[in-house]
Amino acid sequence: MELYNGHLPVEEILNRWLSEEMDSNFGAFIPFVGIIREEGGIEALSFDIYEPILQKWFNQWQTKANDMGAKLRMAHSIGDVPVHTSSYISAVMSPKRKVALRLINDFVEDFKANAPIWKYDVIDGKRVYAEDRSTPMDGAGILA
Amino acid sequence: MVTVEFLGPIGRDNMEVEADSLEMLSKILSKDEEIAKWLPKCAVAVNDTMVSDKNMKLKDGDKVSILPPVCGG
Repeated sequence: MELYNGHLPVEEILNRWLSEEMDSNFGAFIPFVGIIREEGGIEALSFDIYEPILQKWFNQWQTKANDMGAKLRMAHSIGDVPVHTSSYISAVMSPKRKVALRLINDFVEDFKANAPIWKYDVIDGKRVYAEDRSTPMDGAGILA
Repeated sequence: MVTVEFLGPIGRDNMEVEADSLEMLSKILSKDEEIAKWLPKCAVAVNDTMVSDKNMKLKDGDKVSILPPVCGG
């Protein structure tokens, strides 16, 4: 797992991941690149991350992937990320494509629901919590 | 004493609280109107491990993290 301040250097990350695994005998490499769209008058999105729990969450997924003979990679931004740049990249490598296709879907879905990352719209230089697009994590509400 | 940290958009400083269980912590935090609004949608971690049992005991020096709704990517 890799964290970057600001937007992700997409080409560098993908090229490196690919070249590092070229000799690993994986038959499939499936990347997902999230790009920030211009909508609702935003100039950027901004992110807070709680790294200790994000790392544990990622490690659990890595173990699950390894049990299937696959491997996961992930990179995410911290702070402001302008529109038309990338804040999130993940990739799955596996011997067979079907495992990788299923895993990238399940991994990204759970990422959206349970990775401890908070998103803000940046409008006129102000950070506004993207509350309407945010999801309570599993187990939410136990202190209510 | 346990330390309570409020992550992401909650925007509150850490608090030192005298509580020996999550149940007790819940009662204490619910007295703060601003924090109480967040609690129904927040998940909880103790010492960086996600927890789901309100009866969980707390010990001196524990760190309790309050995690509001997330949206990565």
